[in-house]
Order: sequence, then structure tokens, then C-alpha cells
Amino acid sequence: MGDPVNTIRIWLAGLLSGWGLSPGWIALILAVLGVVVLCTAVMILDILLVWVERKVVARFQDRLGPNRLGPFGLIQPIADVIKLLIKENITPQGADRLVYNIAPIIALATVLLLWAVLPISSTISGTNLNVGVLYIVAIGAISTLGIIMAGWSSNNKYALLGAFRTVAQMVSYEVPMVIALLVPVILAGSMGLNDIVNAQSVWFIVMAPIAGLLIFITAIAELGRAPFDINEAESEIVAGFHIEYTGMKFGLFYAGELLHALTMGAIVSTLFFGGWRGPGSQTYPILGVFYFFLKAFFFYWAIMWVKYSLPRIRIDQMLNFNWKFLTPLALTVLIVTAILDKILPRSNMAVYTVGMLVANLIIIGVTALILRSRSGIERKRVAEPGPIATPERAMASIQSTPPAQPPASSSPTST
Amino acid sequence: MSPMQIIFIVVAAITLSSAVMVVSVRNLIHAALWLIVTLFGIACFFAILNASFLAVAQVVIYIGAIAILVIFAVMLTRKVAQDTGPQVNVNWILAAFVSVLLFSGLVWLVSLWPGFSTPLPVMSGEADPLRQLGLALVSSNGYVLPFEVASVLLLAALIGAIIVTWDKKLR
Repeated sequence: MGDPVNTIRIWLAGLLSGWGLSPGWIALILAVLGVVVLCTAVMILDILLVWVERKVVARFQDRLGPNRLGPFGLIQPIADVIKLLIKENITPQGADRLVYNIAPIIALATVLLLWAVLPISSTISGTNLNVGVLYIVAIGAISTLGIIMAGWSSNNKYALLGAFRTVAQMVSYEVPMVIALLVPVILAGSMGLNDIVNAQSVWFIVMAPIAGLLIFITAIAELGRAPFDINEAESEIVAGFHIEYTGMKFGLFYAGELLHALTMGAIVSTLFFGGWRGPGSQTYPILGVFYFFLKAFFFYWAIMWVKYSLPRIRIDQMLNFNWKFLTPLALTVLIVTAILDKILPRSNMAVYTVGMLVANLIIIGVTALILRSRSGIERKRVAEPGPIATPERAMASIQSTPPAQPPASSSPTST
Repeated sequence: MSPMQIIFIVVAAITLSSAVMVVSVRNLIHAALWLIVTLFGIACFFAILNASFLAVAQVVIYIGAIAILVIFAVMLTRKVAQDTGPQVNVNWILAAFVSVLLFSGLVWLVSLWPGFSTPLPVMSGEADPLRQLGLALVSSNGYVLPFEVASVLLLAALIGAIIVTWDKKLR
């Protein structure tokens, strides 16, 4: 009891060997079946996410959200899917057909690939890859590719601009993310996600709060959600890389984005909040599934909270924040954690945990002091009076030259 | 034929044919995308050989960094992405001859190696290959010197990039 997935797997393996198949083929068939079942389950969950996202954003914006179809509007996502399916599929002229059609598939498939390494419960997981953390980074790299393909193949300047911005953002935010990901690896002594969860008798957020926050921030940046949504900034480049997509092709991008947000929540909870750990989850693995999704949805909600509360930041602010704040902080945390891991005794877990926590608090304090000393400079720069509105300048400009025409609305420069 | 052999043949066919596509398609972006398929196929070979770290590193470095940079550079030059000139010049017979000679020479060299005809040894379960790789990289009778030299080189490249792009007027 308590673990239906493995019960079914063992039963199926017995059935197949009864049919006289060799062990290699049984392993292959079970692996393929596992992939199909996991992908289907996650995709069905994805349909529900449309409802969750719309309902939560409605609450943040003081609205009710979908409430007409079914109880609490629960059938609304089905209606959305039907609408997307029967819409006309437009391929713009001059688009690169093959690349244009593959891009949304890659965008969704890369998110599904992430679920291969996530331990959903103590016994249920895709695979315990010994390089699980690095695998997450690798899949993130491929997801960048899907967006570039969409932006380039659409034959649209806005789409291309969106793709350029995406590359600038994702490639730079990968740096602090990878560095911060090494902190739980040091704490657990392994890159496998199952081992990392197993090592969290004390949640890693207690030992490494800064790394947890860094990964949360960089995860939002990797998602391209507000405040880091310059790659699809509606007020600047209409919709960014997916501007030309209609119908279900757009739907795949949309579903991929929602699922990616939930997946990032799941990754954060797995790395820092104990994943499937909770009361009774060792004896009843099915309870672990509940805890896992509870935590994942909590962080999904937190990501939505950030998205609908903060305004978009400019591209220079985005890059400055990354290279001048996140990256040095991540490097500091990594070095301090690595040194303390050698100094503090592994045998005494209480001393180890408190030592790590104190070190993190000291880093937070020093960072706050540095930021405070910097804040004076930053504010002064903004508060300097602009040289336009002074009466002397106004008089001088009237006397010397007729007021210059403002430059024509900047035409998209050739990229 | 075991499932592993079938997977190997499929991956090998995809890798080789996409490698041919890289040098034969006329659109530069398409060539870059085929290059990504080729690199991914090589990552699959590493995965088949149980070298999971190399497989993932291959994807991170070659697809995540190098291929994206290539595409980025090509995307900035959309006008020249479509090449209309002839794809071969007069020397193609000589080039084909040299390539065949080189390939057969390599195959002959590899066939001399005793591991060529023996089947893949089964990995012992208890030793974590990733841990062994990590220890070999930092142990003094392992590869610590090349490892440190490579990291100093990369650090120098990093500082060099900052110096090259340094805008002195902003200081």
C-alpha cells in the first residue's frame, strides 16, 4: 500500500516476463511507459494551471476571475483549450516554416524534460541522475534555444528583438543560478536530486537562505516573468518572441510558461524545502506526492505574487542587478559555504546548521551595509534636476534656435 | 539485437546525417540548428556510455553556450544567411580522396586498439563515476595541474573580456 506507482510497475514487469520477454526489453518498455504516464499526468496538470493562474491573478487584481463554467469556473480551461484548438493557424509570409513549427514544441518539451529528475516522492521519481542539478541547467540552455528559434523564424522585428533580449537575460542569469545551485550540492555532497532531498533532515533553507533566495530570483528571470519580462514586454515589443503565433501553437508557449513556473517552484522546494519530506512521507510514499505538490504550488503562487505585484525593470537595470549584485553575492556565498563545510563538524548537525545560518546572516548584514552606502549615490543620480526646465535655458533656446522637432518615433533599426 | 544496440544505431544515424546537413544546407541558421542536433547526438553517446557528467556538460557548454553564440552572431547578419554560390569548387575530388584516406587510417588505428572488439564492460555499481572524476581532477597524482591551468586560462579570458569592453569614459 501507499505506493501505487511501483506496485503497478512490479506487476507489469511480472506480466511481461511471463510473456517471455528478455529483461532488457522489459526495462525499455517500462521506461517508455513511465515517460508517457509522467508526461500525460504533467500535461493534464498543466490544463488545471490555466485555471489556477487566471484565478490567482484575478484575486491579486481585485477581480473574481473565471466563475461561469462549472463550480468556481473549473471547466473554463477546457473551454480555453477548445478555443485555441479551433482557431485559425496563421503562418506569416517569409517565416521559416519548419523552425517556426518546431519552436513551440521545444518550448513545451524542455519543461517536460525537467520532470525526469524531480523526485515526486521517496519511491516515485523519473530517474535518480547523479548529475541532476547540472541536468536542470542543461535543459534551461535548450529552452533558450526554443525561444531563439521562435523569434528568428517568425520574420518579425519585434519577435527578433524579444529573442535577443531573452538571450541576454537567460545567458546572464544562468551564471548566478549555477553558482547558487552549487550551495545545496555542497551541503548534500551530491548532485542527484534524490540524494539532496534525502540529506535534508534539516531543510537547506535554514543553512543557506541566501542561496535559496538567489535561486528563486534567478528562476523568475529564467521564466521571463515580471519583473524580468523584458523579452515579451507588452508595452515595448507587443508580445516578444511569440507575437506571430496563433491558436494551439501559441497555446503551447502559454502552457509551457505556466508549467515552467510550477516546475521552477518544484525545483526550489526540492532543493531548499525538503521536496517530498513531511510527516509520514517515509512510510506512506503517496503522502510525499501531496507534500511535493503542496510546496511546488506554494512557490508557484509566490512567483505569481511577484509577477502581479512588481513593475517591469529596464534592461540595463536587469543586467546591473545580475552582474553587480547577484553574481558577486552568489560567489561570496559559495566560497563561505565551501570553507565552512570543511571547518564545521558533519557529525554534529546542530553546530553545522547554526554555523551555516550565522555565516549567512553575517553575509546578509554586510550586503545590507554595502547597499546602504551605495544607495546614497544611486539616489543622488536620480534626484539631480534635469537641465530642461530651468528658465535660463528656456530663454536661451528661444533666442538662439527654433525649437527642434522631436526625433521621429524611432524606426526599428536594422538588426 | 538488444534495445541498447537499436538506440545506438538510431542515435548514430541521426548524428551522422545531421552532421552532413550542417555542411550541406545553404541557410546559415539551419546549419547552426543542425549543428545543435549533431552535438546533442554526441551527448546521447556519452549518456549511452554511462558518462552522465560528460553528456550534461556537452549540452551545457556546446548547445547552451557555443551554439547559442553562433546563432546569435548569424542572426545579426540575416542578409548574408542565404548563400547562393556553388557549394563545391574544383578541388572536391582531391578533398574527398584525402577525407576517405584519413577516415580509413583512423579506423585502422582504432582497430589496433584491443578494446575495439571487446563488449562494453559492465560498470561496478558501488563506485560513483562522478565522484571518481571529481577526485581525479583535484588529486595531486591525477589531473590537478591541467585543471588549474585551464581555470587560470579561463580567468584570464574573463578579465580580458572585461578590459576589452571597458568604457573609460564612464569612469
